[in-house]
Amino acid sequence: MDCTMRKHFSRGLILLLLFTGLVGLAYPLAVTGLAQLFFPRQANGSLVSYGEGESARVVGSALIGQKFTGPQYFHGRPSAAGEQGYNAAASSGSNLGPTNPELRQQVAERVAAVRAENGLPPAAPVPSDLVTASASGLDPDITPAAAYVQVERVARARGLSPAVVRRLVDEHIQRRQLGFLGEPRVNVLLLNLALDALSGPGPTSGPSTPPSSGR
Amino acid sequence: MGALASNQLSWDVLQFAAFLVVLLAATPILGGYMARVFSGHKTLLDPVLRPVERLLYRLAGVDEKEDMDWKRYAAALLVFNGLGMLAVYLLQRVQGVLPLNPQGFGAVPRSLAFNTAASFVTNTNWQAYSGETTMSYLTQMMGLAVQNFLSAATGIAVALALIRGLVRRSARGIGNFWVDLTRSVLWVLLPLSLVLALVLVSQGVVQTLSPYRTVQTLEGGSQTLALGPVASQEAIKELGTNGGGFFNANSAHPFENPTPLTNFLEMLAIFLIPAALTYTFGNMVGDTRQGWTLLFAMLLLFGVTLAVAYTSERAGTPQLAALGVAAPTAMEGKEVRFGIGNSILFADVTTSASCGAVNAMHDSLTPLAGLVTLLNMMLGEVVFGGVGAGLYGILLFALLTVFIVGLMVGRTPEYLGKKIEPYEMKMATVGVLLPAVLILLGSAIAAVSKAGVSSLLNPGPHGLTEILYAFSSGSGNNGSAFAGLNANTLFYNLGIGLAMLGGRFGVILPVLAIAGSLAGKKAAPAGPGTFPTTGWLFTTVLAGVIVVLGALTFFPALSLGPIVEHLTMWAGR
Repeated sequence: MDCTMRKHFSRGLILLLLFTGLVGLAYPLAVTGLAQLFFPRQANGSLVSYGEGESARVVGSALIGQKFTGPQYFHGRPSAAGEQGYNAAASSGSNLGPTNPELRQQVAERVAAVRAENGLPPAAPVPSDLVTASASGLDPDITPAAAYVQVERVARARGLSPAVVRRLVDEHIQRRQLGFLGEPRVNVLLLNLALDALSGPGPTSGPSTPPSSGR
Repeated sequence: MGALASNQLSWDVLQFAAFLVVLLAATPILGGYMARVFSGHKTLLDPVLRPVERLLYRLAGVDEKEDMDWKRYAAALLVFNGLGMLAVYLLQRVQGVLPLNPQGFGAVPRSLAFNTAASFVTNTNWQAYSGETTMSYLTQMMGLAVQNFLSAATGIAVALALIRGLVRRSARGIGNFWVDLTRSVLWVLLPLSLVLALVLVSQGVVQTLSPYRTVQTLEGGSQTLALGPVASQEAIKELGTNGGGFFNANSAHPFENPTPLTNFLEMLAIFLIPAALTYTFGNMVGDTRQGWTLLFAMLLLFGVTLAVAYTSERAGTPQLAALGVAAPTAMEGKEVRFGIGNSILFADVTTSASCGAVNAMHDSLTPLAGLVTLLNMMLGEVVFGGVGAGLYGILLFALLTVFIVGLMVGRTPEYLGKKIEPYEMKMATVGVLLPAVLILLGSAIAAVSKAGVSSLLNPGPHGLTEILYAFSSGSGNNGSAFAGLNANTLFYNLGIGLAMLGGRFGVILPVLAIAGSLAGKKAAPAGPGTFPTTGWLFTTVLAGVIVVLGALTFFPALSLGPIVEHLTMWAGR
């Protein structure tokens, strides 16, 4: 019996080391090599830039939501990632249960803020994705309804006609993938980049400290 | 508005149907392939993999012709898993001085390192830590991802041993653990992972060894993008029903699951091997109807739970609707690209299959949807279940079912020609009840101790559900969480760590004992009084036994948690 256990032990240890080399090192490195060769843009985070040529700078990832608070930009969803929200190194949802009074209070505040910002009447229904925190805290998308609610505000802040902004939203609706998978959605960062390309960064460019309705 | 809602319903049902159709189409293909691999027949991959396999055996001194009795098989399995657990523990403790640590993370604290090691060795992947702020790239790759492969391969090995016990006659051996392990990794898990990982990258899942990248956002703020070798780990995380995410938000994180297509493939990957193994089972026992019968019992239960959870989520939260939130109200903790339908399908898949990956935050689910995810784990992870673990789990229930039916008609119960006697029944009962005992005992201790209650995020019945969920997830080797619970405390790290080990090896050992005992028996020819174990009657009775046992065991606890919460929510409180 002792001899059997010793054999198990040595075989187990050697196989563990060999498998660690194979699936723990060779496999991820092979995937990294192939990914960097065939899909370098995606493998490195689907980064997007603003500006042309020399002045172009990376402003984020097309897949990762970021914080927008100025009236001239479309706003994304409330985020529970990090203290300030949209911390892409601390992904998280709120984890608040459906009957938690804290959730109800947060949502009530956000509903009021969305109505006030966008000049909606007091009883107007508000799209749910604009007032609930996403699962990752980094959701890059909003629903088309949540984008349309913001059109008037963005148009006014930029001195554009609402029809122009609405058409821009129309063009940025991503349909269901392969015709049936997922939900129709609007990528907030890409929409805002298109806005800036159309009419410049807007009247209050740069870091802004607006009322804290983000969370 | 009504038209809009029914329109949404059709889109969701279409996607559920597409998922099941693709799954059922893939089952015989992969299942038949695995039957060839594990019966030692030739396959397309042999010219590449046979030399690698032989080299591994030569270096480790493994004799691939050796046939082990169940005790040797179990000893090899325990030694191998023990060494694996030690390796993951040590790697976490010394990651600070090892390479591939661009963020400079220090040693993981002892109790957390123990919990994480137990978690990944048992195929649970419960995560009391947050990946992007705790684990170095090296730990993720050479510790955690390695166990993702090896724990899944261990599950397949145990399932194969049980199948051989049913097939062999008057034999002592039930196979060779080293061979089953090696062939599972080389022929099944590795090739599937490689292909899936590259498809995921093409959709936007990141795969790099570069450090995190800090950018200036469009509005001028600063944002640090956590990166890493994610796709390679994501693929095996799903295929091995492991579930441990690279990032804290798991498959809700856009770098783990960027598009509806990746979401579809990830859900498919979770169910793929557990479903295919039922076909492998049927093929190896010489009657594929035996495998389909098990699969349809699983599908029956899955369909019911999906319908309940989806209905609850679509109804949403009346309190939020009253505030002026438009339907669908239940979007807290969900991503827009997945919506209600794909979030609920994923939640049902991941908890049925003991995977534990999540694309929505289960803590924020409506109460009855939360109940479904909880019940899936409490039923013993046999609705598809973990890789290998689901098959040997549902076979335990199949033994219980023929035993109960045998009692009713007054005949000695048989399964596939093997007499089921008191020894097998004792072992099957231990395997089925031990996880239940661990869940109820663990939750009871947590609910009455200060160390247990102080970790809760949500008040009231929802808090009890958080505790129940944690111990169900651990004992069932699922690994998903009602993540509001702060699980990174000494109490929960040790308690859930032990529940995971008990829920894994406390089932594996009885299963191997049954395999050994059955292998030694002669086969009795089926007579006119033999209860057929194929067809709708057996499917229904089997599903019924699983539900009744689960309901009897857990109904009191469930009433105090999610059921009370559901009732108070709709009573407007």
